[in-house]
Amino acid sequence: MQRVVIVGAGLGGLRAAESLRSAGYSDAITIVGDEAYLPYNRPPLSKEALAGGVDIESLEFRRKASVDDVEWLLGSPVVGCDLAARTVTLDGGASLDFDGLVVASGIRPRRLPIPGPAGGRFALRTAADALAVREYLIPGAAIIIMGAGFIGCEVAATAIKLGCSVHVVALDEEPMVRPLGQELGAAMRRRHEARGVRFHLGHTIVAFTGDEHVRSASLSDGTELKADIVIEAVGSVANTEWLNGNNLNLSDGLLTDSCMQVETPLAPMVAVGDLARHPNALFGSVPRRIEHWNIPTETARRAGPTLASLLAGEEPDRSPFIAMPAFWSDQYETKLQSFGMPGIADRTEVTSGSVDGACIIEYFDATGLVGVIGVDRTAELAPYRKALLARS
Amino acid sequence: MVKITVDMDKCQHYGQCCFEAEDVFALDESGKLVYSKEADESRRADVESAADVCPMQAITVE
Repeated sequence: MQRVVIVGAGLGGLRAAESLRSAGYSDAITIVGDEAYLPYNRPPLSKEALAGGVDIESLEFRRKASVDDVEWLLGSPVVGCDLAARTVTLDGGASLDFDGLVVASGIRPRRLPIPGPAGGRFALRTAADALAVREYLIPGAAIIIMGAGFIGCEVAATAIKLGCSVHVVALDEEPMVRPLGQELGAAMRRRHEARGVRFHLGHTIVAFTGDEHVRSASLSDGTELKADIVIEAVGSVANTEWLNGNNLNLSDGLLTDSCMQVETPLAPMVAVGDLARHPNALFGSVPRRIEHWNIPTETARRAGPTLASLLAGEEPDRSPFIAMPAFWSDQYETKLQSFGMPGIADRTEVTSGSVDGACIIEYFDATGLVGVIGVDRTAELAPYRKALLARS
Repeated sequence: MVKITVDMDKCQHYGQCCFEAEDVFALDESGKLVYSKEADESRRADVESAADVCPMQAITVE
């Protein structure tokens, strides 16, 4: 009897277990997670679930019958791993033996060291974060959001709809500028401003004031902003510290090959999801970590058969990995949908409509089309997705 | 037969399911999801993939 330990009880961990089963692995699986919840869908945490209309329990993913016999160790952070001994260590000192390891420990919000009180400063990643933050989102509340990426902007839209006063402070020149580019980023800023969001772009927060709880923030341009709560959405850090000391490539996530295997002579090991820095044949040979919702599922589909082969003593399928990065975002009545990697483009073209209304934007680099974004034009993106898939 | 239900209160018409099982799910001209409520047993794996990739997790497969 073999045992696979999956570290991480999010979407990637669940899909990895299901993928192992469909690849024919029928021995034991243990999934260890630091949160108390079974795997659940995170995108609503910045939208419906933050607005209060949705129970956290209703966000739980449906699990396939094939993983009914999986052992779940929830509320149980993993703090260490000895690949040579094939054990992981849990917080509290217990250890688990494994024959094969799946790294699905994901990412956590980056936190900045800013002087002042810690009370009232929140990140938004987990159900517990959303439950804590939503207590503060009441009409008239003064909300400061640090960071103008997707999470920051989605929270801004949610808070405005709830009647809060919202300021967004970010170093970027436009909201979501890296994934969307300058032109669409500016158009999204105008949509937010029309609803009452105030942006402080090119600036940062240098200090908070208040006793134990934040009462105001000082910006780098000298502005003072009142704050009942600060929501920090300034990027993420891969949860790989527990793997330290095993001679792995942990620079920006965990490096994998095209079949999601982690190169080590010590144990059969794969990585999935937000922390897996993997090559994608659609976009050259550079391995990248991609924090899009569909990537845990896509990488797990590949990682399951890989680990099942390794555990059976067989050579895994090492053909190129091809996955279409995709993202979605809902802000007010606007729906963004993207395929490919618009973030690596150096040129954009609005090919249909205008950025202040419904439109389609194509993104190019020297190799040609690398991405497409539809603004309220979801149904028309299929041909672009097909063209992007033809890059492989 | 595979029985398919889509919670249309949850569905946001992103159309991800269409790429997994295009004979079962499609977006119509106005961008709204249309789908077959039943599919042949041989389509189960693709229909389950469609349910997996739905960002709103609106698809149930029985």
